[in-house]
Amino acid sequence: MCGIVGLHLRDPNLYPRLGTLLETMLCQVIERGPDSAGVAVYGDTRRCPDGYAAVSVLADRVDKDSDDAPKDALAGLLPDIVVTEAGDTTVLAAPVTVDELLAAVRQGLPRARVVGSGTDLTVYKGTGHPHELAVTYDLAGAQGWQGLAHTRMATESAVTPEGCHPFSVGPDQCLVHNGSFANHATIRRDLRFAGIEFDSENDSEVGARFLAARLAKGDDLQMALRALCEAFDGFYTLLVTSKDGFAVVRDAIACKPAIIAETSQWVAMASEFRALAGLPGIEDARIYEPEPERVYAWAR
Amino acid sequence: MGTLTRELATVDLSVTSVRELNSELHAPTAQAYEVLHPQGAHALAAGLKDPITVDIRGHAGYYAAGMNDGGTVTVHGSAGTGVAENMMSGTVRVTGDASQSAGATAHGGLLVIQGSASMRCGISMKGVDIVVGGDIGPMSAFMAQAGRLVVCGDAGDGLGDSIYEARLYVRGKARSLGADCVEKPMREEHLTELAGLLKAAGFAHDAADFRRYGSARTLYHFTVHNEY
Repeated sequence: MCGIVGLHLRDPNLYPRLGTLLETMLCQVIERGPDSAGVAVYGDTRRCPDGYAAVSVLADRVDKDSDDAPKDALAGLLPDIVVTEAGDTTVLAAPVTVDELLAAVRQGLPRARVVGSGTDLTVYKGTGHPHELAVTYDLAGAQGWQGLAHTRMATESAVTPEGCHPFSVGPDQCLVHNGSFANHATIRRDLRFAGIEFDSENDSEVGARFLAARLAKGDDLQMALRALCEAFDGFYTLLVTSKDGFAVVRDAIACKPAIIAETSQWVAMASEFRALAGLPGIEDARIYEPEPERVYAWAR
Repeated sequence: MGTLTRELATVDLSVTSVRELNSELHAPTAQAYEVLHPQGAHALAAGLKDPITVDIRGHAGYYAAGMNDGGTVTVHGSAGTGVAENMMSGTVRVTGDASQSAGATAHGGLLVIQGSASMRCGISMKGVDIVVGGDIGPMSAFMAQAGRLVVCGDAGDGLGDSIYEARLYVRGKARSLGADCVEKPMREEHLTELAGLLKAAGFAHDAADFRRYGSARTLYHFTVHNEY
């Protein structure tokens, strides 16, 4: 199964409410994926202040206790670091470039796994009950202009924080997936041959790496997702976000559910209508289901 | 159906569970029910066996009025996947849009969707009548076996793929036809049955504006050149 929700705000007056709206949406898709939940928030200046870069990491779970506390480990390497512990995830932010922050994290926390990076993005991943995880992430307190969340019912790989969505493998990019890719091993092999490294055996990560490679070559979200539809077999409803916006695509058979609602204040996407039912102005929204293999994209 | 103690009962799903609602509807004590605050919940009014009336005031989730056998259910809003799936008899009306697989495998009764229906509307329908006021999505009436599907708007790609004996009437355009689905002439008997369906569903369209599609019957039997 798996549940997806995403919210792209057009009305800045709603930015302070992003977290509460997203939490309400997430709680309506818990039954679709009760084993883990991940969240991505764009524009949450509590965790990533203006002018800062942020990196989300999973601490090495085996040797967690042997690592220095992240703040201590990075204190000599970075000025003014902001550290947010949120369960399995730690968000680190500093007034440097993303590449400088990533280099410092790899030096100071060599066993930590990077699960998100950018200048506007904070990512949280973990296993457990999605509602409890939302509390752990303090999702209700989040603010920002765009966010997504995923509840996972694992089918293709283990229930671990690494296997949890979203997959964020390029700067300020995120992908969440409901479904399963049939030819992910073949595409992973091709991408590895091209020099791309993988963090997990998860099929969705292959989709994220494929998109990141296309975006790095200059594709926009629309073009990159068209290319994904050509290359990938299997079942998928995908929600992909970047610093520019928000895109949805489904496979040719479109068995995995998706519903989109739009108002002048926001665009929202979810696996089921009930996740949209609590949004302000839903009664006047344009509500529709995305057609197979058609890319729907919204830019900021 | 036991003794009815009430004319109308109101169930508010903000304070009552779906299970409690459906338990009541399966052994009804009222003739008519009004369901408030559905908020897209699943399986609302599924499995009705008695000729009662249920008005759902808001959007319904998956399988609303599924397996209906004699009830009259109206969703005053939109319905999720599989509305009236496997209906046996009765009437289900959706005032808004319906998600995928509306009326899937349904054997009888009338399903009216006043808005549009998404993909796979009427998949494997086995005798139900479905009337859609707007458009229907791709892959609709896939393996449709019996019954009538009336579309007052357009049909998406692959209409009627591998269809058996269901009759499809489309007022707008069919974007493409599936394997073994062909356009057929509208004879007098078809105009008459279509006019009856439109009237039953409450639409004022002229039956003469519709085209009829059905099975070319070339997939009924294996043929030698289909062998591998």
